Amino acid sequence: MSALNIKKGSTSHSAYELRDPNGDVIESHTLAVVVDNESGVLARVIGLFSGRGYNIDSLTVAEVDHEGHLSRITVVTRGTPPVIAQIKAQLDRLVPVHEVHDLTAEGPSVQRELALFKVSGKGEARIEALRLAEIFRANVVDSTLESFVFEMTGTPEKIDAFADLMRPLGLREIARTGVAALSRGA
Amino acid sequence: MRQMTGARMVVQALKDQGVEVVFGYPGGAVLPIYDEIFQQNDIQHILVRHEQGAVHMAEGYARSTGKPGVALVTSGPGATNAVTGLTDALMDSIPLIVISGQVPTFMIGTDGFQEADTVGITRPCTKMNWLVKDTAKLAETMHQAFHVATHGRPGPVLIDIPKDVQFATADYTPREAAKVSHYQPRVRGDEALIAKLVDLIETAERPVFYTGGGVINSGRTASVLLRDLVAETDFPITSTLMGLGSYPASGKNWLGMLGMHGLYEANLAMHGCDVMINIGARFDDRITGRIKDFSPHSKKAHIDIDPSSINKVVRVDVGIVGDVTLVLEEVLRQWRARGSKTNRAALPKWWAQITEWRAVKCLTYKNSSTVIKPQYALERLEALTKGMDRYITTEVGQHQMWAAQFLGFEDPHRWMTSGGLGTMGYGLPASIGVQVAHPDALVINVAGEASWLMNMQEMGTAMQFRAPVKQFILNNERLGMVRQWQELLHGERYSSSWSEALPDFVKLAEAFGCKGIRIDDPADLDEAIKEMLAYNGPVIFDCRVEKHENCFPMIPSGKPHNEMLLGDADTQGVIGSKGAVLV
Repeated sequence: MSALNIKKGSTSHSAYELRDPNGDVIESHTLAVVVDNESGVLARVIGLFSGRGYNIDSLTVAEVDHEGHLSRITVVTRGTPPVIAQIKAQLDRLVPVHEVHDLTAEGPSVQRELALFKVSGKGEARIEALRLAEIFRANVVDSTLESFVFEMTGTPEKIDAFADLMRPLGLREIARTGVAALSRGA
Repeated sequence: MRQMTGARMVVQALKDQGVEVVFGYPGGAVLPIYDEIFQQNDIQHILVRHEQGAVHMAEGYARSTGKPGVALVTSGPGATNAVTGLTDALMDSIPLIVISGQVPTFMIGTDGFQEADTVGITRPCTKMNWLVKDTAKLAETMHQAFHVATHGRPGPVLIDIPKDVQFATADYTPREAAKVSHYQPRVRGDEALIAKLVDLIETAERPVFYTGGGVINSGRTASVLLRDLVAETDFPITSTLMGLGSYPASGKNWLGMLGMHGLYEANLAMHGCDVMINIGARFDDRITGRIKDFSPHSKKAHIDIDPSSINKVVRVDVGIVGDVTLVLEEVLRQWRARGSKTNRAALPKWWAQITEWRAVKCLTYKNSSTVIKPQYALERLEALTKGMDRYITTEVGQHQMWAAQFLGFEDPHRWMTSGGLGTMGYGLPASIGVQVAHPDALVINVAGEASWLMNMQEMGTAMQFRAPVKQFILNNERLGMVRQWQELLHGERYSSSWSEALPDFVKLAEAFGCKGIRIDDPADLDEAIKEMLAYNGPVIFDCRVEKHENCFPMIPSGKPHNEMLLGDADTQGVIGSKGAVLV
């Protein structure tokens, strides 16, 4: 692909726009899939990934249009450019799928994930956990004399970073929602 | 709107969709539907002997008519027995509507008698499936099922109907009132991309058309347009196993089938071309051989109705998503408007090269006066049935490849074979499905004895419904293709690839009440075939053939097209350890 083909409003990953469509570099892509909200549809989408040997790094799904009976699936997957193109085409041809968007390729997007962290400890470790939580803008949603539950929203990388810091301070459990994502702009 | 039971809705929706025949097998969970079938005469029900047979019959019906096939099975084992047929239809893009009964809604999930998670089991082997829990939605789901099965890339769909939904009453939604599904795949090709294809047609020095089952699925007009395009460009044309008949075997530009057991000239043309125009084929591994060396010097164009087929295994230069008929119409329109140009200086050289390849006569085999060679049997069958209103089905294996090589198909919808899935046991039930659709035609199942035994119970169906199908069994008492691979790849250790306890096929025919013919002398072959053709009823033709004949040409697995084996040259060690992993 020539440099002249760079799309307007490319992402922070805009170097990918220069990528070789036949390349063998593994990339992470976030796909938004709008589907009929009917039983079995999620299974059909997930079955496509397992049946054809594609990766799922993160998956979220919820109804987004009650009247239209539509759900939005956000899936983060990995693969070479030809594999990503194939995943998109395979999703697109499923009967209950209305739209597929490769948010990574189509332009800038916002990605957020919500996570809950249970951290238990006493004394200095407990104070340090609270201090770090403030820096990361995590909220305390439950507290006992020996534990906190922090709630944090951010990119998956930010959540990973916070988890790494909490581990030596008594991290007991994490619950993550998986990524929700939207393209930027109108 | 009319009120009726769910069971009646099923039959009414089938009538509204123009269905004339249903292949099926009753059971507890579909009794209400069978009761409705009993009380009407518009739809014929063909009682099969095993549900796999029902689905293959529906496939044979669909492939030979271009209309969707319909099968009806009960819950649990009825549905699980349908799975092979569904997968076969999915791989070969055959439109099917399979209706299964289910335990009543209030029993789902309790491991009830004959309960199975049918939509769960069949999800990966259907284009779409539905569990209908509300009678009010049943009719609309039925109409949507026909829409989905027949639009875009055709495929099988399944509707699972719990028994209480069949008994309950609701308003019937007629076909016209049914909500049209949002599923509206793209059928018109991009005109700018088609212009690029026309550029390739105008400049190609060594072009080849590589056509597939998509031409046949697109309808009869597609074959007509293809023939026009071939005649006007004078380009050579080859086809996959699935596409045989879309261009006539007697046509002067015909190179024969390509692929693993394809013709020398077809495969070398694919390897040496500078422009490959793929129309409705999918670069299957039986076609490409080693991808890295597949047609290394060509620009490739690909017309396919399924966007996921494009660039799936082979990167192409021009990928056109659309229905073959509409795309070919536009190709012809643009190309003619631009003056119907081709590279007339270069083409004769290309044809001269092809003529040299043809002169190799790759289908030559060593005939015998004492034992019937399978190739000879098919040559005689071809000669003695030529020009007849003939439909051919096959099982899977050596005989299937020989049939594709030695029988000529002049028209689409005349050749029914399990290509993608390679389902042994397909041919006999498929032949019955074809015969039901074409009662007066000659329907022959070219079979191997091992495949044929897999669904031989369906001879009962042929007898009951007076389907005079001819079962032309090339009997080598071996699993021929398995044995061939063991010879070439596994040091001639014939592990479990022969049968010692085959039935006496003539007595078997008598037991079913039809005609049996056994033959082992080449001198008697013609008379025996004529006897088979003259008999007004099903025939089991036990043709004892050479036991260790190999099917050539053959591109060994893991090899490119130009490393094809032609005949009984030294074949030892030709397939490396890498190739041996492939199938």
